[in-house]
Amino acid sequence: MAAPFIEIKNVSKIFKNQDKEFKVLKGINLEIQKGDIFGIIGFSGAGKSTLIRCINRLETVSSGTIRIGNYEIDKLSKKEMNLYRQKIGIIFQHFNLFDSKTVFGNVAFPLEVAGKSKQEIEKRVAEILDLVNISDKKDFYPGQLSGGQKQRVGIARALANNPDILLSDEATSALDPVTSLSVLDILKDINKKLRLTIILITHSLDVIKYTCNNMAVLENGLIAEKGSVREIFANPSSETTKVFIKNNSDLAKVDYLVGGEGI
Amino acid sequence: MKEFLAQVFSVEVWEYVLPATWQTIYMTAISTTITITFGLLFGVLLYVTDKDGLHPMAIFNKVFGAIINSVLSLPSMIVVIIFLPLSKFIVGVSYGPKAFIVSLAIVCIPIFSRLVENSILEVSKGKVEAAKAMGAPNWDIILKIMLPESLPTLIRNFVVLTITLVSITAIAGSFGAGGLGELAVRFGYNRYRTDILVAVIIVLLAGVEVLQLFGAFISKKILKKRHLV
Repeated sequence: MAAPFIEIKNVSKIFKNQDKEFKVLKGINLEIQKGDIFGIIGFSGAGKSTLIRCINRLETVSSGTIRIGNYEIDKLSKKEMNLYRQKIGIIFQHFNLFDSKTVFGNVAFPLEVAGKSKQEIEKRVAEILDLVNISDKKDFYPGQLSGGQKQRVGIARALANNPDILLSDEATSALDPVTSLSVLDILKDINKKLRLTIILITHSLDVIKYTCNNMAVLENGLIAEKGSVREIFANPSSETTKVFIKNNSDLAKVDYLVGGEGI
Repeated sequence: MKEFLAQVFSVEVWEYVLPATWQTIYMTAISTTITITFGLLFGVLLYVTDKDGLHPMAIFNKVFGAIINSVLSLPSMIVVIIFLPLSKFIVGVSYGPKAFIVSLAIVCIPIFSRLVENSILEVSKGKVEAAKAMGAPNWDIILKIMLPESLPTLIRNFVVLTITLVSITAIAGSFGAGGLGELAVRFGYNRYRTDILVAVIIVLLAGVEVLQLFGAFISKKILKKRHLV
């Protein structure tokens, strides 16, 4: 097998608050292949958000390395980092759209940052809004959109610069189940169409089993287990995973997925 | 009572009040312009260099914050007096409204700086994070995201600033700056001309009310445009 696209090695993260130290990540090792939809699940406070933020360096790791493609990202200068960040999109639980800009303006902003010309921006925004099926809302402000529409704009904005990786930080946690599914469908769709590597964190097993091919279970800053979604569902080894599966309301569907249908 | 009101609105009274009103507007307008320029700059600087800011510079932030706070903590009247020589030197005039402009601005710059800082801080951290994650340089984050996002609050704070400035021009009035403050002291207080004092109060009340309404109107209009109300 080729070297993994993303390699997280021995990553730990310590937050210092006055005299106290909080060890949020305690030596994480993960390999993520190109084109994966990789799910990371864990309870609140397990360190999911911190881990995903280390990948686009919104947080810097305290020790360990993260390699993406040929880059060791903690060695990049600030300027290189900003260029590299254009190749990693991120979507958020609370969308974080800019209220002062229209849908067009929101999606255009990362392109402006990348120094694209006005014509290029017009063209790309139209293209990408079409991809997430929200072209008709181009001149709307975020304040006029529903949650699902906002997240679609969020996805469009994250994809504007043709990223290699899309990070999803609880992107469907604030949405109702039906809307969640439609957003997850978009993620699956763009994963196929653009061969985009997606890393998503969630506390919902449903999201993982609906969307991901590989997964890791995070527990107190450590990986409790990792592997293909099907294997882990069939044969959970860690306590956390067992608790998750036990508490999952839709057991029949789990059996169905694990039993036959490919994920 | 009727006679008194007639006196308040008499030509004689307004021959004093109108020129003074212009002086007050003149002082307020120019000081406001100076204050906005530096207040925006300093407010952004305070925000950016904070330990949780876009470009933390802890020592600079502490020292700069301390300077701002020390001017803030002094009574406006004292700040006006302290900086009067500097003001006169910069403007080159030693009496009248012009001489006080810089002094007035110095009183207000720290106030507005903090107001600007607070307005920017109100923008949710998630938006900053989103912009950062796109690889936006700090400059873009401030000019294209933070300031536009906080515009409705900034405008309301701008009105607060202007109203504060009007009241400080009145203090300056008692040191020879002219304007409505001086009129109130010279006639209303020293010569018991209650009619002039009442006219001054009417102008101030009306002026502040108009400013307030105007600010609220613009701010609301922006919020409506963005569908946030």
